[in-house]
Amino acid sequence: MHPAFSVIFLTTLIGAGQGLFLALFTGQLYSTVRLVEQQPSSFYAVGSALSLALLVGGLAASFFHLGRPERAWRAAAMWRTSWLSREVIVLPAMMGLVFLYGVFHWAGWTQPWLVLGEGALTIDATFVLGMLGVLVALVLFVSTGMIYASVKFLQEWSSPYTIANFIFLGTASGFMLAAAYSALIGNNLVSFFGTWAVIATLLGLGTRSASLMRNATLKHRSNLQTAIGVRHRGIVQKSQGFSADSFNTREFFHHQSLRTLKLIRVAFLILVFPVPIMLVLLGYQLQSTTLPILAFAIQYLGLLAERWYFFAEAQHPQNLYYQQVS
Amino acid sequence: MTQLALVIDLNVCVGCHACVTSCKQWNTSGWAGPMVDENPYDANPTGTFFNRVQTYEIGSFPSTETVHFPKSCLHCEDPPCVPVCPTGASYKREDNGVVLVDYDKCIGCKYCSWACPYGVRELDEQQQVMKKCTLCIDRIADHTLPEPERKPACVMACPTNARLYGDVHDPDSEVSVAIRERGGYALMPEWGTNPANHYLPRQKTHMHVTEEDLQRSDNPLTKEDITVYQGEETMEDVTW
Amino acid sequence: MKDPAVQHDAEIGQTEVKETTCYMCACRCGIRVHLRDGQVRYIEGNPNHPLNKGILCAKGSSGIMKQVSPARLTKPLRRKANAKRGESQFEEISWDEALTMLSERLGHLRATDPKKFALFTGRDQMQALTGMFAKQFGTPNYAAHGGFCSVNMATGMIYSIGGSFWEFGGPDLDRAKLFIMIGTAEDHHSNPLKMALSKFKREGGRFIAINPVRSGYGAIADEWVPIKPGTDGALFLALTHEILKLGLFDRDFLIQYTNAAELVIDDPARDDHGMFVRDESIDVTRGCTDPQDKFWWDRNRGAVLTHSEGADPRLLGGYTMPDGTPVKTSFQLLKERVEPYTPEWAESITGIAAATIRRLAHEMGVMARDHKIELPINWTDAWDKEHDRVTGNPVAFHAMRGLAAHSNGFQTIRALSILMTVLGTIDRPGGFRHKAPFPKPIPPCPKPPHSPDAVQPNTPLDGLPLGWPGRPEDLFVDDNGEPVRIDKAFSWEYPLAAHGLMHNVITNAWRGDPYRIDTLFLFMANMAWNSAMNTVETRNMLTDRDENGEYKIPFLVVCDTFASETVAFADLVLPDTTYLERHDVLSMLDRPISEFDGPVDSVRLPVLPPKGECRPFQDVLIELGARLNLPAFTNQDGSAKYKNYPDFVVNYETSPGSGIGFLAGYRGKHGDKSLKGEPNPNQWEQYAANHCVFHHELPRSYQYMRNWNKGYLHWARAHGMTRWAEPITLHLYSEVLQRFRAAAQGKWPGRQPPERYRKRIETFFDPLPFYYDPLETQRVDTKRFPLTALTQRPMAMYHSWDSQNAWLRQIHSHNYLFVNPKMAIAQDIKDGDWIWVESHLGKVKCMCRYSEAVEPSTVWTWNAIGKGAGAWGLSAKADESKKGFLLNHIISEELPVVSADGKQVLSNSDPLTGQAAWFDTRVRIYKAEAREARVTEPQFPPMKTLPGQLARPKQRWQAYVAGLFGRR
Repeated sequence: MHPAFSVIFLTTLIGAGQGLFLALFTGQLYSTVRLVEQQPSSFYAVGSALSLALLVGGLAASFFHLGRPERAWRAAAMWRTSWLSREVIVLPAMMGLVFLYGVFHWAGWTQPWLVLGEGALTIDATFVLGMLGVLVALVLFVSTGMIYASVKFLQEWSSPYTIANFIFLGTASGFMLAAAYSALIGNNLVSFFGTWAVIATLLGLGTRSASLMRNATLKHRSNLQTAIGVRHRGIVQKSQGFSADSFNTREFFHHQSLRTLKLIRVAFLILVFPVPIMLVLLGYQLQSTTLPILAFAIQYLGLLAERWYFFAEAQHPQNLYYQQVS
Repeated sequence: MTQLALVIDLNVCVGCHACVTSCKQWNTSGWAGPMVDENPYDANPTGTFFNRVQTYEIGSFPSTETVHFPKSCLHCEDPPCVPVCPTGASYKREDNGVVLVDYDKCIGCKYCSWACPYGVRELDEQQQVMKKCTLCIDRIADHTLPEPERKPACVMACPTNARLYGDVHDPDSEVSVAIRERGGYALMPEWGTNPANHYLPRQKTHMHVTEEDLQRSDNPLTKEDITVYQGEETMEDVTW
Repeated sequence: MKDPAVQHDAEIGQTEVKETTCYMCACRCGIRVHLRDGQVRYIEGNPNHPLNKGILCAKGSSGIMKQVSPARLTKPLRRKANAKRGESQFEEISWDEALTMLSERLGHLRATDPKKFALFTGRDQMQALTGMFAKQFGTPNYAAHGGFCSVNMATGMIYSIGGSFWEFGGPDLDRAKLFIMIGTAEDHHSNPLKMALSKFKREGGRFIAINPVRSGYGAIADEWVPIKPGTDGALFLALTHEILKLGLFDRDFLIQYTNAAELVIDDPARDDHGMFVRDESIDVTRGCTDPQDKFWWDRNRGAVLTHSEGADPRLLGGYTMPDGTPVKTSFQLLKERVEPYTPEWAESITGIAAATIRRLAHEMGVMARDHKIELPINWTDAWDKEHDRVTGNPVAFHAMRGLAAHSNGFQTIRALSILMTVLGTIDRPGGFRHKAPFPKPIPPCPKPPHSPDAVQPNTPLDGLPLGWPGRPEDLFVDDNGEPVRIDKAFSWEYPLAAHGLMHNVITNAWRGDPYRIDTLFLFMANMAWNSAMNTVETRNMLTDRDENGEYKIPFLVVCDTFASETVAFADLVLPDTTYLERHDVLSMLDRPISEFDGPVDSVRLPVLPPKGECRPFQDVLIELGARLNLPAFTNQDGSAKYKNYPDFVVNYETSPGSGIGFLAGYRGKHGDKSLKGEPNPNQWEQYAANHCVFHHELPRSYQYMRNWNKGYLHWARAHGMTRWAEPITLHLYSEVLQRFRAAAQGKWPGRQPPERYRKRIETFFDPLPFYYDPLETQRVDTKRFPLTALTQRPMAMYHSWDSQNAWLRQIHSHNYLFVNPKMAIAQDIKDGDWIWVESHLGKVKCMCRYSEAVEPSTVWTWNAIGKGAGAWGLSAKADESKKGFLLNHIISEELPVVSADGKQVLSNSDPLTGQAAWFDTRVRIYKAEAREARVTEPQFPPMKTLPGQLARPKQRWQAYVAGLFGRR
């Protein structure tokens, strides 16, 4: 597939946005049960704003993918059948929840509605919004992932790993960002978020490596024999039917060399996983406030490469029909 | 339920591209038009076509087969492109099974093209909506046209009649009979898309000549078997 | 969007449907043009047309883009006074200025030396008029593109069986069971052949393609037999060898209908050696036909006149006539000729295994013999014998340029005709069938003028500019035996050049050999590009000047619809119309669209007004004819005889009161007469009312065996198709060729060739077919140039000689050289590499493409995809000029000069017919250097847009919607 930057930014930005929200709420949960220090409401409010900004950025990027963005509203219509439609519904819902979550924190509307276990757990509006947000974030991860995973003949994508990768990598970048955010404002949650970021990154490493290994040995079910229905091992296309390019050659081919592809894969494997982990751990050792920021930046850069590779790696069966000009 | 479709006979398709341009001319001024061309007189000329004829070589010299292979939307019975459309612009008609795109609803997200394993949808790069073969819906559904002309333009034009058209759900239709009797097959059956369009394979006619065919008593050479004695020496002159 | 089921197309805008005839190629299919608000909405095949029955090809379906092509010329243009030729610097002039300028110049030439005017036309569909114009003008220098197309096919077959493929006849696939197609032939009668082939295959017919390349129709063949280019003759001779050896020939057919059993004088010492024994005392018709005064050898009675009652002639053997003349039957001579041509011999030449050749011969022979067709049709033969059935042998062949475009093509095609004849398949069901006005006598009666005296100032040419020589006396040479025509057609160099040698006109005129001309008028002939051989030098010749600074070809007039490469070289450009803007006739006097069942002609009717100041070429010729006071176009008082072409077509008769005109249908005052009849003022209207077609279906008893069908022959004579109703005996043995050979041997009582041609004539004018290596192969180092380079047109561009079509060019915007991978790998050439292709003449750079469907000693490419930069309204950066290439640059129009030819300069053509030997080109290929630019070579400076030329769209999009295009 041709890696479209609109979609690369869409998925990485909202992934980080969702992850950041998950991180904020994780922080809130821990502080509620007093495992970590309480944070001022501004921490959540600004954090939510940051998350929202990422979600909005992602949404904005997605518009560049549309031929007729002015009609984007129509995309909510087919939620019964289309994961894209579902994403289109869930993404605004997510944004709404993040917005409310931030606003409630900012406004200090945190009067407990329910106190459980003698103050061990106080449930307030932000808690409810947060829980809802977690749920919606997960649904959004699944929706986004399923857009790709549900196309069964894009075999590189059609796997649970795709969902897992979206969840873990989005979560990792979100926690990484939370750590960076904490480092920037100088609170003491850097190692908390950093640790979770490392855990999520390691989980992502697991699922992403698994998917890479799966795809490396993937046997494509379609081949020229099934494409044209002729049983012979020696089928070669001589003409795709036109001399220049077409939508079919632009949309479904990355037009990059194998070398570039390998380079990008190595790059993302280094930038997404070992480097951020090392930077976080090093930052922990050195008590550095810049290293976690660097860790996030590098990981996000790596994720752009990862997502680029995700598209480029996928071999659409339609490509069998568009091989040769003569 | 009716399912209109094309059955393409690879046994007679010579790859002339008549279907390609007859489609273009009908549809560019029709319901599904325009079919825009980019750089029409410049480098890299490219444009929207609903139908392409490709060429494949099978085997190696001298046992080579050259196969011309026309391909357009297969109007799948379970079209994967339809449910993925977020707006409902892509739909399958209930009355005749034709898969269409409503350009007014299309947002140009291209997801339907990703969801088609056959590569038969093409984005109109100027209008930014998805376009595809309509089976000339504005011909086949136009009851003001004389009945014999209610066929897709490609079918009307095809010089070798390699494109059969009809209802594949009607067991007695020409297309159903052809599929049944000529080994009609679907493309990429592995994806369960159930394409309505089918392809008929190559068939070979052979001839067997036997020894008996070559040595017959009515051989005309026997009539020319003339040996006139000219006085030359024979065995009768030298032995007894 | 509105539901398409409720919105009807015809309700959008003002719609109308008009019928006319397609002209996107040479097929001439009937079309129905749908218009919406005056723009073309849709062009569909006319279901009521006998030729295409409703179908239409890729080109016909792209006619809309021809109308909007930015290559379109709309104004008469004159080269600017101070501009050099070839720089495409022009100024607009009026038609009156253009025609005044032209008629003054031509008037002077006509009054002084008419042969200084040469008219050569590319497309063949109005030869009746262009030929007539040339004759009226008085110049012998006229021809159409046949000489570089397929004249070998026309002559090779017409000199053997009295008819030929395409317009004149074809394979009867309705009844054939075995069909053999040899060489590239797809572009001739392409749509009808496609239809027939499909039906043939569906009915279980067996289709064998013999071709160096498996593409085109060969793709759907049951068997592909790869063959080395130019060796088809060897194959046919070996097949004939095997068929004769096994007795798989049709004996009765050969005896009754061919000269197989006729007796030929066999005494090399005699002057009449090789001539038929004739009784010239008997009273038989002796026109231009084959007189019935020859002999058979009856097995009981000895020598008897052919077709003597009760005769049982021998087919083989040598005999002695009562007067002591040693004779042999033609068939005996053929048998002796093919004796050494064994399948093993042919294997080494053709690359086809001997076993395969044998099998093919067996298949043909057994199919012909054992699957006889019998039709319950009564007919009477030319000897008054009544038959209660028509029989046929279901083996059909088709071939065209693949055989023709070789310097051994004539004899190869003779060999094919003889193979078809021994199988008994001529004008019989399931075999080859004629189309009216063929069959014609062998050779046909029209002859070229035979002396320079035929060319006189202010006088029409005495004779027809083209014809069919039957003896040395028919040659168009002067007293020294030297050519009269600029292209040397009908000279001893190319005696049977029935279609002229357009490919040598520019070279000859530039060199002044045989003489200089003044004005060269080219109509629809792209002689500065894909219609020329040796393109690079041809372009130089067009701009070359003599020592006085004058152009060596002083004045060049080009009439074209589009800005072709040649237009750039014109001194005067006349803008023609497109096919949708004009009247045309596909005339019985030219090449009609007849069917097997009878004569058919058809017309084009304008469905759109001419664009700009475009004028139909025919109108221009008729006005020019009147301005020049040519008798046929002028009244006694000097006024113009005809208003325009439609008026001419209705009222012109070949001679006053002949009743024969350009159109055969709806003649007579009331339009009720066919083929002959007085002019009908409503003829066009009647064609319009009849789908633009006139189709005369012959009675079934006249539809077969027409060479010998008394009823048909008399009908044909009565309707002016032929002069004679004599039987047309097939020429297995060609006495016609022997006459020329005898002249070369000094044994002919009349004209004899100049010394330097004697050996050439003696060698090639062999009365029996023989195989020789193509002439270029004989003259170049085949180790250095081990490959043969071929071209063919892709189906979406067959014969599409004009306009660079926005839709079709997307299918083929550039071309590759197809190479067999094994051959390429041996030279370290990878698929897609840039390579050089080099011939003895020069080299071109292009990209290569592997193909398993090409024989290893052959390389090939799509022809005429490559364009000159900026030509045809394309941008100078278009793929056609940057990635596309033209093989013509390295195809020579002349043979390498060698001492074996006495250092003569000879055309790279068939020595009998002058057919351009396009497919003889020997090449080598090698990898281009990595540092060389990724662009094809040679490149030429971009052609400029001409005044009045339609502009390319300013934006990069073009969205055609009928009724709205260019109006929003």
